[in-house]
Amino acid sequence: MKKTGSSDKGLHTLTIHHASELLKSRKISSRELIESIFSRIDKTEKKIKAYVTITSDEAIKTSEEADRILHDSRFTIHDSRLLLGIPLAIKDNICIDGIRATCSSKILENFIPPYDSTVTKRLKDAGYILLGKTNMDEFAMGSSTENSAFGHTRNPWDLDRIPGGSSGGSAAAVASDECIAALGSDTGGSIRQPAACCGVVGLKPTYGRVSRYGLVAFASSLDQIGTITKDVEDSAILMNIIGGHDPLDSTSADIPLPDFRKALNKDIKGLRVGIPEEYFIEGMDKEVEQAIREAIKVIEGLGAKAVKISLPHTGYAVATYYILATSEASSNLARYDGVKYGFRTEKNNDLLDMYMKTRNQGFGNEVKRRIMLGTYALSSGYYEAYYRKAQQVRTLIKKDFEDAFKGIDVIVTPTSPTPAFRIGEKVEDPLQMYLSDIFTISVNLAGVPAISIPCGFSSINLPIGLQLIGRHFDEETILKVAYAYEQSTEWHKRKPDL
Amino acid sequence: MAKITKKEVEHVSRLARLELSDEEKETFTKQLNNILTYVEKLNELDTKDVEPTSHVLQIQNIFKEDEIRESLPRERALSNAPDRTDEFYRVPKIIE
Repeated sequence: MKKTGSSDKGLHTLTIHHASELLKSRKISSRELIESIFSRIDKTEKKIKAYVTITSDEAIKTSEEADRILHDSRFTIHDSRLLLGIPLAIKDNICIDGIRATCSSKILENFIPPYDSTVTKRLKDAGYILLGKTNMDEFAMGSSTENSAFGHTRNPWDLDRIPGGSSGGSAAAVASDECIAALGSDTGGSIRQPAACCGVVGLKPTYGRVSRYGLVAFASSLDQIGTITKDVEDSAILMNIIGGHDPLDSTSADIPLPDFRKALNKDIKGLRVGIPEEYFIEGMDKEVEQAIREAIKVIEGLGAKAVKISLPHTGYAVATYYILATSEASSNLARYDGVKYGFRTEKNNDLLDMYMKTRNQGFGNEVKRRIMLGTYALSSGYYEAYYRKAQQVRTLIKKDFEDAFKGIDVIVTPTSPTPAFRIGEKVEDPLQMYLSDIFTISVNLAGVPAISIPCGFSSINLPIGLQLIGRHFDEETILKVAYAYEQSTEWHKRKPDL
Repeated sequence: MAKITKKEVEHVSRLARLELSDEEKETFTKQLNNILTYVEKLNELDTKDVEPTSHVLQIQNIFKEDEIRESLPRERALSNAPDRTDEFYRVPKIIE
């Protein structure tokens, strides 16, 4: 394990709960905390490139305001602002009033949102400090953060490797202590897979649990905002803040939000843990498989009962996803036409010419490819064969989970079939890239919640992630099991050598 | 057999309002064929009586009261426009 810099107190390595404790008891100031983060960013960001935009001046100003509140004689440790003075990073597809949101796309290079997303509005009400916006695969399409118009983000554990994607910037920023925690979004694994690749905790909540208002749409029936954190407790803290019904998102669920922090006790005795045979496939990385099997033993050791289960349609998830997600994307991305906002090409013969050229020059390769695939799948003559067929298979995949959850409480799988791969390794072959999401995609199709937590390292010191999947709106159980596992292991305490 | 021809790729690119270079057309024809061949595996499943899922939550249309509420001020709505004139977005001439 690597010791943090000796010149400062290493405040950048803190978790939300620990930092909050120190701030509220006035052992540290928010200004000190933010300065520690910025000196860390100065040291490591050149290597990692986690951020698209860094909002230093605003952040320092906000930290001074936070310090004034924290040092006011009327301030008590029971203050409800759970993030007072805590600096977070936000994925660049989440809108914040007045702060550029690019989605790592040239087409939105200069887009300044005129309103706040619900999640960042709630974070602001809780007192957070915005550090900046993190890099991602363009419009969240990708598994490696290589599809960004603003350069690659690198894996803090091995700079020649991808950090995962599409929330690769957020995961790398958390893993390298360039922030205290971050938000990401997950359409097919985009929070969990980068969390696994970077050795941090990533939670994709149930579809509808967190408002999507102000999240730039990719595939609206699958997109969900979630958290990337240094430990499970931080994940629960952020969920308490960002979760819950929002009238501005008509797909957000109007059901009560539990106190997720209360779910964090280590007692998982008697809990039934399902191990799906379809997730232990041939060609899977041996070290990943071994780490997962070890993790299952640890969970059993805590009193849970492991049960073999089957999710028979797992093998069809990637095909289903790439029809549905691209179809929805082709419709959602029709709005980028060079008229209302974003990039517009210079010389145009007429309106149609402007649309065609603006979109050709504004979008990157993967986005174009998906718009093409989705437009094709929805086009006359192919709709039934592709789109409708995929919707039907989605029903079967969803039913797999409903059937499985009749006999168990939580499902345990690997998050990704391999640790982080090399930059450039899969760019030439989109299908191979898609298959790296094989273990995360079903979860989005079924709409259930899932969390990835660190569960080991490969022989060349790359993190391995364990995925826990729960019932609809039962984030509490996966958080509980994740917490129990984390508290009895040391993996989450390891830091990359930067 | 090819699932999608270069000609179809050209047709789809027009539907998508997405100009493609000749090189892109070639690459996408090849790559889309690979992906569509992979997607063929969905046909192994009999889905004759299976209802399609468009959305995982059982939700109905959500209605709001027809009340006047604050909305985005015009100046802010126009603030990102690549080209504008007064209170309008400006685009290339549409009508001859």
